[in-house]
Amino acid sequence: MSSSFEPHQRPSPPPPPAQTGQQQPNNAGHDRDEDATAAASYEATHVHSVYNAIAPHFSATRHKPWPFIASFLSSLPTGAVGLDVGCGNGKYLDVNPGLFLFGSDRSDALVQLAQTERKAEVVVADGLALPYRPDKADFAICIAVIHHLSTRARRQEAIAKLLACVRPDGGMVLIYVWALEQSSSRRGWNEDSAQDTLVPWVMRAKKGSDDADRTFQRYYHLYREGELEEDVRAAGGFVKEAGYERDNWYVICERTDNEKPGS
Amino acid sequence: MKILSLNFLTCAVKACKTSPNSYPLHPKDAELVQDELGLKPEMIISVLPRIDWEALKSTCSELGFPALPEAAPTKEELENDEKILKDLHHLLLETSISEGKLVCGNCGHEYAIKEGIANFLLPGHLV
Repeated sequence: MSSSFEPHQRPSPPPPPAQTGQQQPNNAGHDRDEDATAAASYEATHVHSVYNAIAPHFSATRHKPWPFIASFLSSLPTGAVGLDVGCGNGKYLDVNPGLFLFGSDRSDALVQLAQTERKAEVVVADGLALPYRPDKADFAICIAVIHHLSTRARRQEAIAKLLACVRPDGGMVLIYVWALEQSSSRRGWNEDSAQDTLVPWVMRAKKGSDDADRTFQRYYHLYREGELEEDVRAAGGFVKEAGYERDNWYVICERTDNEKPGS
Repeated sequence: MKILSLNFLTCAVKACKTSPNSYPLHPKDAELVQDELGLKPEMIISVLPRIDWEALKSTCSELGFPALPEAAPTKEELENDEKILKDLHHLLLETSISEGKLVCGNCGHEYAIKEGIANFLLPGHLV
């Protein structure tokens, strides 16, 4: 068996091409379509093709649901209808058998694993072009997905797409993204590290074989404290709960249509 | 893909989302499979208000299934009529499309279903 691990960050990965002008809000005199095309093509190389290539190894390391997400799913009423956007191998789809939880992922290799290993209801779809009816889901979760989009406009658009899927009257969206602030993790990033980074995934060759180890670079935008809440507000949502768990920032948000005075 | 899923899916093309013709998607050349699953009455009863009954009726008729009642059963009817509960359980959860296509009635795009998985990735010109 070969094995996978994620070593420490390599020095100075090249910045994604679509980052130009991203430090300032991207709203003046900029060709957004051209930006979006460049970003999509960057993500095709540094996110989508990587996950398809590493799917079985990645999946083998992703079986245990994170506690906060499992308890969120367990707190929902029987028969609630939800979406898991970027479900990967589907590890959250069977946490609470009392839910109707539909999964989607951009990687067909991961979607196939979710179906064969968990008998999950899954489709292949892009988070920016979701095939779900607007306003119908009781909740949506999106775990470790938004940080793979390489411009702030696309990250906010992805959150807006999630919010558009849930009921306007109290449908909840739970989002997790990787944090910049994780100085105690083995990656050691802190407030001064670069937020846009490539993180290597190494597939070790079989022992004794002539194959070389293979390294794949995945793009991440590491979220700074408070940034996810800003993106939720820009996407037309309001934050009900926010926090930090296991090197990630998370929010539970709803649509502003449902915002009550004082909340 | 279960018939229940079809009730929550529509075309992935942004411009189709606002068109009534895009929903429900139309199954084409569909091969169906049946699974036997344990009946959980409370799951069926609680999901029923979330189902678009008109769309379900149209899906049923397109797949050649027996016609559904004109109006959705009430909670009381489901609680007291085991046959209709079982029929709905069979239709929504035990019946799946394994191969075929889903066609948007607005833009005409066809989404392939292979081994029970529909692929909603759009070609460049539709994004």
